[in-house]
Amino acid sequence: MSLVAERVTTSSTAAAPPLRAIAVSKTYRTPDHIGRLVLENIDFTLHEGEIVAVLGKSGAGKSTFLRILAGLLPPSLGHVEYRGQPITGPVRGIAMVFQSFALFPWLTVLGNVELGLEAQGVSAAERRRRAVEAIDIIGLDGFESAYPKELSGGMQQRVSFARALVVNPDILLLDEPFSQLDVLTAETLRNDLLDLWVERRIPTKGILIVSHNIEEAVDMADRILIFSSDPGGISAELTVRLPHPRSPDSPAFRQIVDQVYTLLTTVPGRDGRRGVKPEPIGVGYRLPDAPVQQLSALVEKLTEEPYNGRADLPHLADEENLTTDELLPLLELLQLLGLANVSGGDIELTGAGRRYAEADMLSRKQIFAEALLKNVPLAVHIRRVLDERPGHRAPAARFLRELEDHLSEEEAERVLDTVINWGRHAEIFAYDDDDRVLSLENF
Amino acid sequence: MEQRWGLPLIAWPSRLRPNLWDLVALPLVLGALALVAWGGMKMGARYEVGESLPMSLDPWRLPEYALRTVLRMAASLVVSLAFSFPYAALAAKSRQAEKILIPVLDILQSVPVLGFLSITVTGFIALFPGRLLGVECAAIFAIFTSQAWNMTFSLYQSFRTVPVELVEAARMYHLSPWQRFWRLEVPHGVPPLIWNMMMSVSAGWFFVVASEAITVSGQTILLPGVGSYIATAIAERDLAAIGYALLIMLIVILLYDQLLFRPLLAWSRKFRGDADSEEYDVRPWFLLVMQRARLFDLLQSGVLALNRALDRAITAMSWRRSPAYDTGPASPAMIRFFDLALLGVASAAVVWLFAFVREQVSGDEIGWVFLLGALTALRIIVLIVIASLIWVPVGVWIGLRPQLAERVQPVVQFLAAFPANLVFPAVVVLILKFELNPEIWLSPLMILGTQWYILFNVIAGTTALPTELKLVASNLGLRRWLWWRRVIWPAIFPAYVTGAVTAAGGSWNASIVAEVVQWGNTTLQATGIGAYITEYTAAGDPARIALGIGVLCLYVLVFNRLLWHRLYELAAERLRLD
Repeated sequence: MSLVAERVTTSSTAAAPPLRAIAVSKTYRTPDHIGRLVLENIDFTLHEGEIVAVLGKSGAGKSTFLRILAGLLPPSLGHVEYRGQPITGPVRGIAMVFQSFALFPWLTVLGNVELGLEAQGVSAAERRRRAVEAIDIIGLDGFESAYPKELSGGMQQRVSFARALVVNPDILLLDEPFSQLDVLTAETLRNDLLDLWVERRIPTKGILIVSHNIEEAVDMADRILIFSSDPGGISAELTVRLPHPRSPDSPAFRQIVDQVYTLLTTVPGRDGRRGVKPEPIGVGYRLPDAPVQQLSALVEKLTEEPYNGRADLPHLADEENLTTDELLPLLELLQLLGLANVSGGDIELTGAGRRYAEADMLSRKQIFAEALLKNVPLAVHIRRVLDERPGHRAPAARFLRELEDHLSEEEAERVLDTVINWGRHAEIFAYDDDDRVLSLENF
Repeated sequence: MEQRWGLPLIAWPSRLRPNLWDLVALPLVLGALALVAWGGMKMGARYEVGESLPMSLDPWRLPEYALRTVLRMAASLVVSLAFSFPYAALAAKSRQAEKILIPVLDILQSVPVLGFLSITVTGFIALFPGRLLGVECAAIFAIFTSQAWNMTFSLYQSFRTVPVELVEAARMYHLSPWQRFWRLEVPHGVPPLIWNMMMSVSAGWFFVVASEAITVSGQTILLPGVGSYIATAIAERDLAAIGYALLIMLIVILLYDQLLFRPLLAWSRKFRGDADSEEYDVRPWFLLVMQRARLFDLLQSGVLALNRALDRAITAMSWRRSPAYDTGPASPAMIRFFDLALLGVASAAVVWLFAFVREQVSGDEIGWVFLLGALTALRIIVLIVIASLIWVPVGVWIGLRPQLAERVQPVVQFLAAFPANLVFPAVVVLILKFELNPEIWLSPLMILGTQWYILFNVIAGTTALPTELKLVASNLGLRRWLWWRRVIWPAIFPAYVTGAVTAAGGSWNASIVAEVVQWGNTTLQATGIGAYITEYTAAGDPARIALGIGVLCLYVLVFNRLLWHRLYELAAERLRLD
C-alpha cells in the first residue's frame, strides 16, 4: 500500500481539493500588442497529501504556472482555487520557496523567519517562540543572529524553508529550490524536507515543486507532470508509487527515471507522440541553448566505448556528469541537425552523426554548416537576407524584432545569440558585436 | 554574536539599561539637540529687508558662524531626504507620475544651483515677513537644490531595481505596502543613498558658502555664516581672515566625515546582499559608540515602534485588505490622453517662457547669450582635457600602488568636499599681482573643486584592475605605449567617464561663481554665460536671468545627451571588467 493512497483516504473528508487550476492560460503582451501565449489551457489539481513535481525544458512556463498558483500572477484565462475559494492574490496558507532564496540581506536569520509572522500581526513573544521552533526544526539553531551573507547557499536555503514553514503553510510551492546548491547539499536538504513530510512534523498538506532535475523529481514526487513548451502545458503525467525513502539504485526507480527521460525527449512535436517524425519548425522556434563545443564532445563520446553510437540517457547523463538542463538542449540540437535520434530514453547516432564524429575539425564545420542550413529555418532565413542585400550586411536588431513576434524579449535575444554563435562557428555568416551587425564579410 | 556591526533591526527592549557608552553618547545627543534649538532661535530672529546684519572679522566669532553654516547644511540635508523619499517612491510606483517626475528631475539637475536662489529668494522673504527665517529658508533651499536631485535619482533607481524574487517573497508573506516600503525597498536603497548623500554634502559646502550672501532687489543680505565671513573678508581685502575661514572649514568637514559619514558608510554595508571582504569590516569609533550605547537602542526601538504603530493605523484605515494582484497598467486610451495632456502643458510652458523673455530681450541678445554659452562650454572642454592629462597619469600611478592609494583616497575625497570658492580670493590676488588676462586665468577656478572627481575615479578604476590582468600584461612584455592603450586605458575608461561627467557638471555650476570674482573694489570678469547670469542676478532682471539659466540648462542637457550619455553606453557595453 503506498503512502499516497493512505493520505488520500485519511483526508478525503475535505470536499474541495487544496489547490486547483481550471483552464488556465497566460498571455504576455508583446511590445506591438500581439499576445504571446505562454501557458495554454491547463487543468490541474493538487490533491490532499501529495507531492507533485513539474519537469520540462527551461522556458516552458513552469515558473509562470507556479506563480499563477501562488497568486503572484493573474491568469489571462481560467482561474485558480485554493480549497474552493478563488485565488486573486497571495493567500494565507500557501507559502513559497524561491530558487534564489530571496532572503532579506539586512535581516538576521531570526528576522527573516519572523517577517511573515510579523506581517500577520502575531505578537512579539509568540513570533519569537515559533521562529525559534522553525529554525530548530530545519537544523539552523545557533545561527539565529547571523546575517544571510555569512551563510553558505545550503544554509541560506534552509532559512528560506524555515521562513516558509513558520507560517504553518497548508501548501508549499517550491521553485527549483535546490538548483543553486551543489549535489550533496541539495540531497541532504531534500532528504531533511522529505523526513519532515513523511513523519508529519509539518502541517503541510501538499507540495508542488518545479524542478529541472529528473532524479530529484522521481525521488520526491508522488506524481510527475511533464511540461511541453510553446505554449506551455501538461503533456504527460506519471504516477510514482514507491514508498519513501526511495533508493535511487533500485530497478523500479531506474525504470521511472527512464520513463521520464523518454517523455521529456519526445519533442519537438507538440503532442509528443513517439516515433512520429517531428513536425517542421518555424523561424520563431525556440532553439535549444546548446554550445557547439559540448555538442562535438558529446558526439565523440558516443562513438567511443562503451556506447558505440548508442546510449541509455540516464546512464549517459550520470557517466558524463551532465545535468538535465545541460543534456536536454544538446539532445534537441542533435535531433534538430539530424545527427542523432532520441527515442524511448535512448540516443542513437545517425549516419550523419557518425560522419561528423569521424571528420577532422574543418570537415566538421562543413557538416555542421550544411546541417544548419538544412534544418534550422532561422539560420536559413538570416543567410538568405544577407545574400539578398546588396552590401551583404544586416543589423541584428532586424532579426530580433522578427523573433519577438514569437518569443519574449529575453528569449528572443537568447535564441538570436544562440543562432549567431552557431552561424559564426559554421562560418555561414559573420557578426560584429560592436555594431551588432551580421554580414558575409571575409567569405 | 556581539561582534556584529550594524544596528540590529530587532531591538531587545529588556536590555535597554544605560551603560558606560552612554556617558559618551548622552552629551553628544544633548549637545546636538541644544544646537538645533539655538540655531532655530537665531533663524527666527526679527529682520526687515534693508537692515544690514553685522558681520565681524574677529576670528573668535568664526566657530559661531561655522555652527550656523553647519546647521543650514544639516537642515537642507533633512529637507533633501524628506523630499527624496516620497518623490522617488511616487516616480517608481506610478507609471503616470514617472512620466512627469523623472524628466522634471533631469531638468532640475541641470539648472545651475545659484539660479534657484535668485528666482526664489523674494518669495521666501514674503512668506515670513519681518523675520530672518525667510532669508534663511532661501539659503537652505539653495543648498537643497544642490543636494536633493542625485539623492532622489539614486533612491528612484534603487526602488526600481529591487530584486524580483524579494518583491515576490514580500507579497507571498503578506507584507503590507507600508511594510514592503520600509522593510524591503528602503533598506535596498540605503547603500547608494548614503554614497549620494556624501556627494551631495560635498556639493553643498560649495554652495553654502555662495548662498549665504544673498542679493535681493539690488542689495546684499549677509546671513551669519562662514560664507558671509568670507564675502566680508573679500570686500575688506583681509587675507588673514580668509586663512582663518579655510581652517575652520577644514575642521568642520573633518568632523562631518568622522561623526556622520564614516559611521553611516560602515553601517550601510549591512544592507548589501553580497559578502564583504574582511578588510572593510572595521567599525569607525563613532559607530562603535552609537552601537554600544543603550541610548541609541532606545531611540531605535522608539522609531521602530512608531513605524509599527503607523503601519497598524494605516492597515486599520484601509477597510479592504483582501489580497490582490498587482494592478496592471491603465487602459491604452487613458495613457494616450495623459501623454497628450502632458505634452500640451509642457509646450504651453515653453511658449509662455519664450514670450516672457522675448518681451524684454532682443533676438540679437538671445543669439549673444547662446554664444556666451558656447564660450563657457569651450572653457569647460579645454579644462577637462587639461585636468585629464594631468590626473589620469597621476591617478594610474597611485592606483598601481595599493598601499599609497589607500592613504591618498581619503585625502582626495576631502579635497573634493572642500569648497573651492574659499580659495578664489587667493587666485584673484595672484592674477592682479602678475597682471594676467582674466579671460584665461579665471577659467581654472571652474574646475578647481571638481577636478578631484577625475583623480578619485581614476584611482578607484586602477585599483579595481584584476591582478591577473596586470600579470598577463607584464608577462606579454607590453611596453609603455601599448600598455597604456591596450590595458590601462580600457580598464579605467568607465571610471574615468564617471569622474569626467561629475567634473563637467560641477564646472557648469561653478561657472556662475567663477566667471566674476571680486577682491575689494576690484572686479575681474571673464566673458561667458556664468558672468551673464551673475550680472543680471545682481541687477535683478528676471527675464534675463531666466534666459541665461534656460540657455545654460540647454547646453548641459545637450552635452549630457550627445557626449556623456554615449560615452557611458560605450563604457557600459564594451569595457566592463565584470
